Amino acid sequence: MPDPALSTYAGLPGYLLLWVFALVAFGLFGYRVAHFVRLFLRARPEYRGGQWAQRLGFFVLHVLGQRRLFDEPLVGAVHFLIFWAFVFYSTSFFWNLLRGMVPVLPIPYADEVPWMTLPLEVLGALALVGVMVAAARRGFFAPPRLVRSLDATIILVLITVLLLSFLTSEGFRVLAGHSTSWMPVGVVLGGWFARLGMTPAASPLYFLSAWWVHMLVVLGFLAYLPYSKHLHLLAAPFSVFFSSPVMGTVPPPSEGAARREEFTWRELLNGLSCAECGRCDRACPAFNSGFPLSPREVVGFIRDLVRAPANPKSLVVVERSVVESPLASEIIPPAALWSCACCYACMERCPSLNEHVHLIVEMRRSLVSRGEVDDRLQAVLTNLSRYGNSMGQPARARARWTQDLGFTLKDARREAADYLWFVGDYASYDPRIQPATRAAARVFHRAGLDVAILYDEERNAGTDVRRVGEEGLFEMLREKNLQAMGKAQFRQVITTDPHTFHGLRNEYGLNSVRVLHHTELVDEMIAAGRLPLKRPIRVTATYHDPCYLGRANGIYEAPRRVLRALGVKLREMRRNRRRSYCCGAGGGRIWMEEVPGIKERPAENRVREAAELGVEMLVVACPKDYVMFQDALKTTGLEGKLVVKEVMELVDEATAPLEG
Amino acid sequence: MLNIMVLVKLVPDVVEELEIASDGRSLDPASVRLILNERDEHALEEALLLKERHGGTVTVVALDVPEVDDVLFTALAKGADRAVKISGVEAGLSTWAIAGALAKALTSSGLVPVDLILTGVQAIDDLDGQTGPIVARLLELPYVGMVCRVEVDVEAHKAVVIREYAGGVTGTFEVSLPAVLGIQSAEKPPRYVPVAKVRAAMKTQQLESVPVPGQGESSSVEILQMAKLEVTGGAVMLEGSPEEIAERIWDLLKERGLV
Amino acid sequence: MAGEIWVLVEQWRGRVSDVTYEVLALGREVSAATGASLQAVLLGSDVKDLLPTLGAADGVLVTEHPTLGEPVSEIWALALAQLVERHQPLVLLIPQTNVTMEIGSLLATRLRLPFVNFCRDIQVTDKRLVARCLLYGGKVEATVAPQTPAVLGVLPGVRPQEQGRAERTPTVTAISLDLPAEPPVRFKGYTEPPPGDVDITRENILVAVGRGIQRPENVALAEELAAALGGAVCGSRPVIDQGWLPPSRQVGTSGMIVKPQLYLALGISGAPEHVQGMKDAALIIAINTDPRAPIFSVAHYGAVVDALEVLPVLTEIARSRRRVA
Ligand SMILES: Cc1cc2nc3c(=O)[nH]c(=O)nc-3n(C[C@H](O)[C@H](O)[C@H](O)COP(=O)(O)OP(=O)(O)OC[C@H]3O[C@@H](n4cnc5c(N)ncnc54)[C@H](O)[C@@H]3O)c2cc1C
Ligand code: SF4
Ligand code: SF4
Repeated sequence: MPDPALSTYAGLPGYLLLWVFALVAFGLFGYRVAHFVRLFLRARPEYRGGQWAQRLGFFVLHVLGQRRLFDEPLVGAVHFLIFWAFVFYSTSFFWNLLRGMVPVLPIPYADEVPWMTLPLEVLGALALVGVMVAAARRGFFAPPRLVRSLDATIILVLITVLLLSFLTSEGFRVLAGHSTSWMPVGVVLGGWFARLGMTPAASPLYFLSAWWVHMLVVLGFLAYLPYSKHLHLLAAPFSVFFSSPVMGTVPPPSEGAARREEFTWRELLNGLSCAECGRCDRACPAFNSGFPLSPREVVGFIRDLVRAPANPKSLVVVERSVVESPLASEIIPPAALWSCACCYACMERCPSLNEHVHLIVEMRRSLVSRGEVDDRLQAVLTNLSRYGNSMGQPARARARWTQDLGFTLKDARREAADYLWFVGDYASYDPRIQPATRAAARVFHRAGLDVAILYDEERNAGTDVRRVGEEGLFEMLREKNLQAMGKAQFRQVITTDPHTFHGLRNEYGLNSVRVLHHTELVDEMIAAGRLPLKRPIRVTATYHDPCYLGRANGIYEAPRRVLRALGVKLREMRRNRRRSYCCGAGGGRIWMEEVPGIKERPAENRVREAAELGVEMLVVACPKDYVMFQDALKTTGLEGKLVVKEVMELVDEATAPLEG
Repeated sequence: MLNIMVLVKLVPDVVEELEIASDGRSLDPASVRLILNERDEHALEEALLLKERHGGTVTVVALDVPEVDDVLFTALAKGADRAVKISGVEAGLSTWAIAGALAKALTSSGLVPVDLILTGVQAIDDLDGQTGPIVARLLELPYVGMVCRVEVDVEAHKAVVIREYAGGVTGTFEVSLPAVLGIQSAEKPPRYVPVAKVRAAMKTQQLESVPVPGQGESSSVEILQMAKLEVTGGAVMLEGSPEEIAERIWDLLKERGLV
Repeated sequence: MAGEIWVLVEQWRGRVSDVTYEVLALGREVSAATGASLQAVLLGSDVKDLLPTLGAADGVLVTEHPTLGEPVSEIWALALAQLVERHQPLVLLIPQTNVTMEIGSLLATRLRLPFVNFCRDIQVTDKRLVARCLLYGGKVEATVAPQTPAVLGVLPGVRPQEQGRAERTPTVTAISLDLPAEPPVRFKGYTEPPPGDVDITRENILVAVGRGIQRPENVALAEELAAALGGAVCGSRPVIDQGWLPPSRQVGTSGMIVKPQLYLALGISGAPEHVQGMKDAALIIAINTDPRAPIFSVAHYGAVVDALEVLPVLTEIARSRRRVA
């Protein structure tokens, strides 16, 4: 076959043409990329170094392995193929470009090397099928929330052409008699070409045409890429690599962000990594319930912000009246931000490992620092700073639930104990959950556990306060709690509240202390034989994974083991473990005004899902879930058909001493 | 430009369980946590709204009592320009004494005249009078209470104020400035100020302190006794047939002048 | 103790307010205990028509003046100051409402007289005037003894108003005063609330319905009661969820926070989210069929009975008695 770089075209040598085209394409590409890089350099710094091994692991799993794409298996497979085809095709492209631009290099072209030819051909053909499937999905079976843009169509066409041009060039090679056993597709195509009456003599010309089409399309693709949504294929690997190594995080302390320069570089990067696939929206309880929030649009806004020229004066979140932005579409209404339950379902699903909650919390902070909080929330924040609880109850009433226990709980401020039980607001004050809290106390007592509580000196742990965007109040609560804890002697901390658990475990800097959720502790106690079973619980039940126990901390099995040990027959809901569906209480939502006109509250959706299994009982391991689901039973009319129980109520019942 | 003064008062927080002291005539100080009088919070908000509208300054003044610093720094964080503590008064439960001390200190320190003095229309411990009208009389300024909206005409040096009556009826009054207004509710609910801003105010801003010259006023109302009223442990149950219960409810409403 | 017992007549928009009769009834008791006569003090611009309604007093002091037409507290206090200085009464009782709120303080400061706020009862003990006052949002009662002469602000509801009503024309003493023609506070007019939209946070009387009301038709029964009592209907979230009442009527953490004088809770269990929205109401009466419903721990009065049975009876009582009154 002729060397495309050394052939001449209208008297011009191929390598010269390649230089010209490459310079243009790389120029366009570089210009755009430089804009982004400049922006990131100018953005607020955020440290995302360290934990390199883990980051590398993420890269392997989520970029090379495309793990989350397989949440939707068919598209996952298609994307996987296209991705790997992309890897080989881009390698081959750069290789050929280099070889073509510097023809003196003593190396063959990539497609002349058998171990490149084979994967290029096989992946190319499979990817072609994949592209067809993708096009059909886009055209005929688009899932909700997938964005169908012209942009996406252009990209699909470009990919098709570049795949086809390569494969045909292989066919022409075969036609010219250069077949090897590494060219399965080429051989087939070559056969077809021969049958179509193409002659081996003409094949070098055909080959050269196909070769150039391929190179030009790829160069065009390269130039177009940073201007399109397919930028995600460049940005997402960075997003993945620099994503937060653990789930459940919030951005580093700040006064919030409303303008482009106020976001951190990693937050801005979200905008470029988004493939507009809509997985986040499909997982989002707020979106599905009809709240005015779409996590995809939140990310999309950041993308617009990053792509906007020079210095847009736009405010992401604007005060009710003033609109400072030149583009109304660039504005995220505060109501969208307040709708988020900070359940991390979007983050758990995003194939690019985008961090929606970071964006939302960052923008909420900006609203809070301007005093823009709704009345109910304002009252709660005021209560929290004054009384240390969201209910506006006196601190002295905090431990009132212990009164009729029949034994006293140690006061951690006076006596040393093995375990410090951090009870939490809802478990302490809410009369509906107090029975479960007392059940927990009885179980600990029965197991002979040495526990103490902080009595009136405990305050709300602040996990949700932080997600509301009131960072200063969170810090104040944490300071006071740490002060109180400083007076106490203990070895481990336990709590029944996953929100509290998450805060204490990950956001309090209690590095030397082990923080346990009660289900973990009970699991250990049962395993150690410290809680002999007296009365098995013979029910069929399903278990709801609380967001802050499951997704945020990966604790899925301990509560299930406990339930099974009690004799409970467990049936799983479709959305279980990392796919668990939030009850809608988190992120401060439980404190906020009702959003008018929503379809179905997340908790209602969830209890219906549980009821559809035909189980008798929905078991929870979070006080807020208890309140939300209890309430949802009433509003869905499922009262009497399904009961909601806290794990500890069952443990208490199963282990209580038999009378007589 | 409008120079506004807001007089605020701290009152016992009734969320906490109040206890009567052993003398039987006052609250047990150990049971008392002070909190800003709710209406005063509205007065501050209205002042801040007026400042936003007309420019000028807002000066917040309170008696120096425990926990007053937090309240004043919060006011500064919300946008007040100056915060003044009046020291040297043991006012006890006498609004008359408090208002008297405020009036004296304001004159002697040159903090008045201002264009407008706002204060909460009343407080839950206003046993012998409300701050607003007393200060107004002592400074010989006009006073309007139950105000829920203020519009100032800076040029003409007067204000149009809306007063709230029962059943949603409002009355409009015109008052020459300077004047004292007793605020029932601000036009918007009092704003939220994030904790970080209050902490920043504590670091960067100063509270001023002004002593009361001479003897303070004392109340001519003697407290003989104090008793807790609330019967804890739930409702008084009404028994009987539906008819009897309806009668009893009707009597209750009548007793309280609700019908 | 010398000097008369005076009661300021609260007249607003051409009507003597009911609270005036309640205070007159109280004044009558004080007058009996001291042996002094009971005088009603009537201020206004053209108030002769109101005189016959004040028969419970021994006499009425009337001052008519163009600037006294509307209750501009500044001017009323000025007028009262002149009257008090001239006639030296022992006590002046002032009904405390939105209309007269600050008159006592203004007057007492002018004359350097003792003033007592929030009186829920007044007695004469050992020749001393003793008042019981509600402090700290109704949590504490203080018994106080002001020096006399004194001005006392009296809360509504001290006595049944019937006791202060009498069909008798009292002795009338007209007094003319010298009042400024161009006072510093000038009345400009009243504005009626916009019709149609009820703001439950501003209502004095709320009839609240919960799931115990059972059917949307029954909400109408509650509406009727509210109309008869002069209040409005509100509800718990499930009632709003069902669309039986609009969202603006929801009480609770995700609705409105209300502090009415009366909160009548019908078929509401008293979930914390609801209670946080209404616990500061001055009087809470709960009706629920479940004796263990948590609402009874925040209510002042309760009844374990079917709300649907009480509702119509109470409405009937309210309608008939009101008409009589
Ligand atoms: C995040 C969140 C926010 C919420 N916000 C609010 C809120 O703002 N406002 C609110 O109200 N709720 C709110 N709720 C719901 C709240 O938890 C309760 O579910 C709700 O208040 C219960 O309403 P209810 O008392 O009408 O119904 P139920 O709890 O079902 O009570 C009905 C009561 O009626 C009684 N009853 C039945 N028949 C009769 C009869 N014939 N006569 C008399 N009594 C009868 C029953 O004994 C029962 O006590 C919220 C819940 C959550 C989780
Ligand atoms: S955190 Fe949950 S509620 Fe918030 S945007 Fe993501 S999925 Fe939606
Ligand atoms: S943010 Fe992630 S999940 Fe959401 S649309 Fe973009 S790529 Fe998909």
